[in-house]
Amino acid sequence: MANVPEDLHYSKDHEWIRVEGETGTIGITDYAQHSLGDVVYVELPKVGDKFEAHESFGSVESVKAVSELFTPVAGEVVEVNETLQDSPESVNSDPYGAAWMMRVRVKDKGAVDALLTAAEYEDFLKTETES
Amino acid sequence: MRYIPNSPEERQEMLSEVGLSQAVDLFDSIPADARLARPLDVPDALSEIELLARFESLAARNHAAGRPSFLGAGAYSHYSPTIVDALIQRSEFFTAYTPYQPEVSQGTLQAIFEFQTLVCQLTGMDVANASMYDGSTALAEAVLMAERVTRRRRVIVSAAVHPEYLEVARTYVAHAGVELLSAAFDEATGRTNLEDIEGLDETVAAVVVQSPNFFGCVEDVRAAAERAHAVGALLVVAVTESASLGMLRSPGACGADIVIAEGQSFGVPVSCGGPYVGLFATSEKYARQLPGRLVGVAHDKQGRRGFVLTLATREQHIRREKATSNICTNEGLIALAATIYMTTMGRRGLQEVAEQCAQKAHYAARQIAAVEGYELPYSAPFFNEFVVRAPVAADELLPRLADAHNITGGLALSRYFPGRPNDILVCVTEVNRRSEIDALVAGLRKVQSSKFKVQS
Amino acid sequence: MKKASTHITQNEALIFERSQPGRRGYMLPPLDVDETPADELLPAELRRDDDLEGVPELSEVDVVRHFTRISTWNFHIDLGMYPLGSCTMKYNSRLNERVARMPGFANLHPLAPEADSQGALEVMYELQRHLSEITGLAGVSLQPAAGAHGELTGVMMIRAFLDKRDGGESARHLMLIPDSAHGTNPASAHLSGFTVKTIRSTPEGLTDLEHLRELCAGGDVAGLMLTNPNTCGIFERNITEICKIVHDAGGLVYMDGANMNALVGVARPGDMGVDVIHLNLHKTFSTPHGGGGPGSGPCCCTAELEPFLPTPLVTRSGDRFRLDFDRPSSIGRVKAFYGNFGMHLRALASILTHGREGLREATEAAVLNARMIAHGLSDIYDKPFDAPPMHEVLFTDKRQSRKGVHTLDIAKRLIDYGFHPMTIYFPLIVQGAMLIEPTESVGRHEIEQFVEAMREIARESVEDPELVLNAPHTTRIGRLDEATAARKPVLRWKPAEKTATA
Repeated sequence: MANVPEDLHYSKDHEWIRVEGETGTIGITDYAQHSLGDVVYVELPKVGDKFEAHESFGSVESVKAVSELFTPVAGEVVEVNETLQDSPESVNSDPYGAAWMMRVRVKDKGAVDALLTAAEYEDFLKTETES
Repeated sequence: MRYIPNSPEERQEMLSEVGLSQAVDLFDSIPADARLARPLDVPDALSEIELLARFESLAARNHAAGRPSFLGAGAYSHYSPTIVDALIQRSEFFTAYTPYQPEVSQGTLQAIFEFQTLVCQLTGMDVANASMYDGSTALAEAVLMAERVTRRRRVIVSAAVHPEYLEVARTYVAHAGVELLSAAFDEATGRTNLEDIEGLDETVAAVVVQSPNFFGCVEDVRAAAERAHAVGALLVVAVTESASLGMLRSPGACGADIVIAEGQSFGVPVSCGGPYVGLFATSEKYARQLPGRLVGVAHDKQGRRGFVLTLATREQHIRREKATSNICTNEGLIALAATIYMTTMGRRGLQEVAEQCAQKAHYAARQIAAVEGYELPYSAPFFNEFVVRAPVAADELLPRLADAHNITGGLALSRYFPGRPNDILVCVTEVNRRSEIDALVAGLRKVQSSKFKVQS
Repeated sequence: MKKASTHITQNEALIFERSQPGRRGYMLPPLDVDETPADELLPAELRRDDDLEGVPELSEVDVVRHFTRISTWNFHIDLGMYPLGSCTMKYNSRLNERVARMPGFANLHPLAPEADSQGALEVMYELQRHLSEITGLAGVSLQPAAGAHGELTGVMMIRAFLDKRDGGESARHLMLIPDSAHGTNPASAHLSGFTVKTIRSTPEGLTDLEHLRELCAGGDVAGLMLTNPNTCGIFERNITEICKIVHDAGGLVYMDGANMNALVGVARPGDMGVDVIHLNLHKTFSTPHGGGGPGSGPCCCTAELEPFLPTPLVTRSGDRFRLDFDRPSSIGRVKAFYGNFGMHLRALASILTHGREGLREATEAAVLNARMIAHGLSDIYDKPFDAPPMHEVLFTDKRQSRKGVHTLDIAKRLIDYGFHPMTIYFPLIVQGAMLIEPTESVGRHEIEQFVEAMREIARESVEDPELVLNAPHTTRIGRLDEATAARKPVLRWKPAEKTATA
């Protein structure tokens, strides 16, 4: 069963977000990295780019697949994780830690509360794997 | 049919085995109205003897193939060592498929890796792909790649780029939202006018020059790179005569961002226009924007080195409509021929071929310029092609040279530039002996004097 | 690398690693003209200053041994069955190679005068005529260099036709493509400025007519790109109806001719209502695949679309053959010169060698071989669709994957049995797909051996899955780590002291 930490919020696109003050840190979930297989490349946006919610902000590549990344909430990019250029494999080994993808200034903190809680995401995963 | 192993009797037995009575039952899933109710209107089968006779007689009607020639313009007659064609005819190479299964395709994969490396060395770039269809389509793909890299939609192409390459680029970008603009060339030097490129500004994705250009003139690639980079555009350099890479400063060393070339000069016959091979190289930072296949190093569990197709997520079979190109099959066997050519000629041979081409072309140019009535209109340095302005229309002169002197004297530029009836593009390579060059010069002199006779 | 090798031929280094300064593999005649001083040839700043460092220096023997040795690491058609689905790996005759190398063809410059190239023009004209007869379509261009290139040409012609018919830029921007299509289809449609919409397949593996009707109702459909037989190896039996739906909606039908080996002499796309098709001469007409090209992808179309074919076109007037450049509605050029002429020669030689009867016979033999494989494996491997296969048959790993053995493993294990693997994980709509195309070039005995090998692998998957999971066991190298190769790509050789990151 996929690891789903308690303290994060989740989207149905399998992204997580951790909010501290104005800033939200975003990455992909353990379930997502597992379905992708060995990650070989992560394409990330530039600092200063602005995104609406559910907008594509980059992509993750495995050897034979590409998956788009979608923002869980709207915001402006304040930092991207440059270390993923050299060690994309951390997406597989540490999706909630070393492999965070970007930090955004969250436009509307209310939108974060509308995302899934850990428990809700786990339920969502059950329906995903059953279908 | 001798290419079908199973005899008619065996096939009948096999039909019964799968529960059918006759061959036509195999096509039951095709509705009757979609089937062909008659035999194809194709001739009866030819035996090997008849077939060879048929093609020999067709080949004999290509009179131009047997005669000394000074034609270039995108297809070049060079010497190809015997082993090039012998080695590419090994079944292991020519009857294999694209190397999708690396464990049983290491020969092809290693050869492509060697090809990529040689292309990098000659062009002075960091990465090269496994090949494109030819130089013209490689140029079109380079234009599209420049758009992807810069996210700008205007590309300036020198008017001294091969006209057919330009036509292909126009077709490719027609619906891709890219606008092609033209940069004029200088009528005195024959080079692209880099001082004053109309429309060059921050909206331009790339500047494209060919060097040596269509008229044979060597461009100032470094200056072109400076002009392009000053507005944040890429410099794309096209090379149609790859033998020049043995002598000319590499485009990479001059600041090019993408280099494309026609690799036919590397041991591949002119063969009426194909198959040839497109070379495509760029700098490391743009590797993920490359069109086409790439081979990279990989290791197995025991640590043994092998080669695999890599960075495949750029390609159509994974990214579909978002792929960097629609290319699938490329020119594997021709790339192999070029690889074998480059390694057989080697470091010194590539230099010597280039040297001989340039020497012979300069000798020919001097001799022709000395003939009364002929001039060389362009002042820029050239490699092995140059324009000759004749005192008579090229369309009259060239057939007479062919008929009376058995020489194909070059290309009438009026084929592409109707306003230039007297200009001939002459190409000389290491296979043109001095006696042929002298015969060409003598022929030009004779045609010229007979013209004066007619007129006087 | 310090691994010991049992035989030198199994451990051939890169050509660069074999290089020794001073070795030579060529000799040119001495320069026979008066020499021009270097600086008069070209100013120093235009000449190379790297002395071509790194380019190898080898003797002729070195080169021959090098390429001969690495060649032995390839599987190839002359060795045996190469059942890649959708690739049509049939026998490539040596006779065709001989024809293509006749000096009268090989030494003909593409820009030689028309009057002096009549033989080559006739070859192209005659090939055009035969391809027109085989497809039932009037217009043919031989210019495209490969299947995807022919496809791009065909789709651009649809665009040009619609623009002309509808006046200005046609508002029809939608290209419909089944979910089972080759990846080149959507890529080509996108390059031609179309938006791609995917059509579902039915549980029978056919195009969903209802979904097609629905998508066509919008009024913005430019066309449909269809492979027939489709990539599941099944003939789209509603093809006439499909074409009618698209035509009634104002669109055109493009057929991907990758699978024409199932149809030559039996059925013609033109008769079914198809407007434009590309052929793969390197599949159906036996020109060699060459380890990934050169191919040739002629584009055939209806008389209505003919004006839009690329320029120039080879035509005939009386007993003269000409290049027609005066084609104002043409999409333009898609390649310099006239296409891969060497492949045109081989394809024509192949058609003439087969003749009327032989072409149909080959189609029958190809479909029969696929039927034999379907017959031999259907009780062991999951066959997702019931319809009888045409020239290729689709299975999945559904039963074997229960034991953890997947399509990739089965493919790799086939290598140990001496066969090249089938096409795997394509079409994408079928999980764990294995697409097997034997072609007509395989004898009964070899088909039986293949079936036995596949049955044996199925048994091993249950009894000794580790054996299959770790295959192949008989090759020079094992499965390669593709993830690391993609993460830290090494795409060229560099001299040892300079590869700090390697």
